[in-house]
Amino acid sequence: MVITILYYLLVATAAGLMVWNLLKSRKWQEEVLYVIVLIPFLLRLLRLK
Amino acid sequence: MIRKIVILSLGALLAALAGGSFHRSRHLREPVVLSSGVTQVKKLSAYFSKLKGTTNDANVYVLEGAEPGGGVLILGGSHPEEPATRLTAWILAEQSAVAKGKVFVVLSANRSGTTVTRPSGAYPPDFTIPTSWGGQKFRMGDRWSNPLDQWPDPEVYIHYPTRQNLAYVDIRNLNRCWPGRANGTLTERTTYALTELIRTEKIDLVIDLHEAELQYPVISTIVAHQKGQDLAAMASMVISGDEFKIGVDNSPPALRGLSHREIGDHTDAISLLFETPEPFLDATRGRTDAGLLLEGKDDFVVKAGQHGLLFEKIDEKGWPIDVRVGRHCSTILTVLDVWSEDHPDRAVTLRNVPRYAEVIAKGTGAFLRDPAKADPKSISYE
Repeated sequence: MVITILYYLLVATAAGLMVWNLLKSRKWQEEVLYVIVLIPFLLRLLRLK
Repeated sequence: MIRKIVILSLGALLAALAGGSFHRSRHLREPVVLSSGVTQVKKLSAYFSKLKGTTNDANVYVLEGAEPGGGVLILGGSHPEEPATRLTAWILAEQSAVAKGKVFVVLSANRSGTTVTRPSGAYPPDFTIPTSWGGQKFRMGDRWSNPLDQWPDPEVYIHYPTRQNLAYVDIRNLNRCWPGRANGTLTERTTYALTELIRTEKIDLVIDLHEAELQYPVISTIVAHQKGQDLAAMASMVISGDEFKIGVDNSPPALRGLSHREIGDHTDAISLLFETPEPFLDATRGRTDAGLLLEGKDDFVVKAGQHGLLFEKIDEKGWPIDVRVGRHCSTILTVLDVWSEDHPDRAVTLRNVPRYAEVIAKGTGAFLRDPAKADPKSISYE
């Protein structure tokens, strides 16, 4: 259970960093890339897959 | 900033579409219209209370005959990505009746595995069996329990009780977790509950239904524990003479965790495992969709066969689901016939189950019942 909680905290942190980078980015190609990479992290946080 | 909001919105839309598909697949309700022969629907937790409330607290359909006899347990969905196993069990629960003895049928032995598909496998989320009343939709499933239900995996899976080292992912493989462990993982607790069922109900014979890729040498066969070798050999001869070719393989004593090994070793029951060919599982397959799952046709797998890489024949006709379900139905019926002839005091007589030729002629869907026309009290959900 402790490992599971730590894992979800890691996923949330990584997702947060991706959103932060997205906001800071100036290139639209990078923004699209961040959003695509973010999707599986969101699905895992929401316990959908 | 507007650009960022647009890109984020598109991402959110993609996540919602994907998430919606995963959610629908995980929570799809699969109705079972009970045959008049089903006398009870129990939960697996009735045999091991620690399974209560978990995803794997599967339904156990009990068919009791008027005459006393032996006990048989039939498992579908040990590996949910092998749909002929669940469909065969579905036909038993919806159509069959027992004249003598008791039959216990589980449609989703690893229910957790029915709620997920292979990560990066591009599996369809579900599939539909056509029927005269429109069709019935089933969850696709995977070989392993859903990581959302059992996580994390260890670096190496150490099988209990033999301590044999197995692949890490197989700690979520129901057919590597026999005989189970009361304080183990969800998958181990599931096999523990099934082992308790076998002991409590004094089961004589366990039949674990499976499907295999054509590149796997254990295919189109009955894998038998040494206690069941004579039974499997006789059934194989009868079926091969009358209906289709099926072989016999001995359960290897050194390979642990499998039903055909551990059930035979740890209970009084004879354990048998049936395999039919499923091209959908082959690594060299092409597009992985519901068509391949149900029709079993694939040019790449045929090509592999032309290069001598397969352990079963395949041509342009493929291995349709009706052929695979029909094989399982006939193999079950023949094994029970042979068993009953050899053990009249522990005989089990199953009725109203179609044989191979009938399933092929009418289609699997002909043996699924319309839940819209059934009494709601006679419907159970998987």
